[in-house]
Amino acid sequence: MFVTHMWWEFAFRWLHIMSGVMWIGLLWYFNFVQTPSMPKIPDEQKPAISKVIAPAALFWFRWGAMSTIITGLILAAMSGYLLSAIKLGIGDHVGKNTAIGLGMWLGTIMWFNVWFIIWPNQKKVLGIVNATPDEKKKAARTAGLASRTNTMLSVPMLYCMASASHYFALTG
Amino acid sequence: MKNPLDSLGQTVLIGFILAAVAHLLISALSA
Repeated sequence: MFVTHMWWEFAFRWLHIMSGVMWIGLLWYFNFVQTPSMPKIPDEQKPAISKVIAPAALFWFRWGAMSTIITGLILAAMSGYLLSAIKLGIGDHVGKNTAIGLGMWLGTIMWFNVWFIIWPNQKKVLGIVNATPDEKKKAARTAGLASRTNTMLSVPMLYCMASASHYFALTG
Repeated sequence: MKNPLDSLGQTVLIGFILAAVAHLLISALSA
C-alpha cells in the first residue's frame, strides 16, 4: 500500500506547494500585472477589474494563503521539525531547520498581512463594507503597501523554503 | 522621501537583498 505515514507527509507537501502556488501566483498577478495595468485601462472599463476580477482573485488569494499555512504546519509537525523550526533551529545546529523556520516565520508574517491588513482594507476599497471616499483612498494605500511588502518578502521566503531541503540539508 | 515599495523593481531588488541576508543568517544561526 502506498498510504503510509511517508505518503501522507508527501501528500501534505503536495497540497502545501499547490496552495502556495495559488497564493503567491495571485500575489504576483496583483503586483506584476493588475496594479501596474490599472492606469492604462479606460475609466468605463475599470469596473470589470474592480467588480469582477479583483473580488474573485482576492477570494482565491486569501484562501490560498490560509490553505498554505495550515498544510505547512501539518507538514512540519508530521516531519518532526515544527518546534525546532519555530525556534529557528537555534541550538540544534541543523541548517535545514533554521532555513525552513525562517521561511515559516516570513510566510506567517505574509499570511497575517493577507488576513488582517490586505483583506479588511480591500473590503473598504471594493465597497463590501461601507467607507467614505477618504477612508477608501487610505485603505487602498494601506492594502497596496502590505501587498508590496508581501511581494518583497516572497523572495527571501521562497529562498528559505527551497534552500532548506535543496541546499542546507545537503551542505550540513 | 519616496517609499521604495512604490517601485516594483525596487521591491524585488530589496527582496533579493533580503534573500542574501537570510542565507547569511541561516549559516550563522545553525553554525
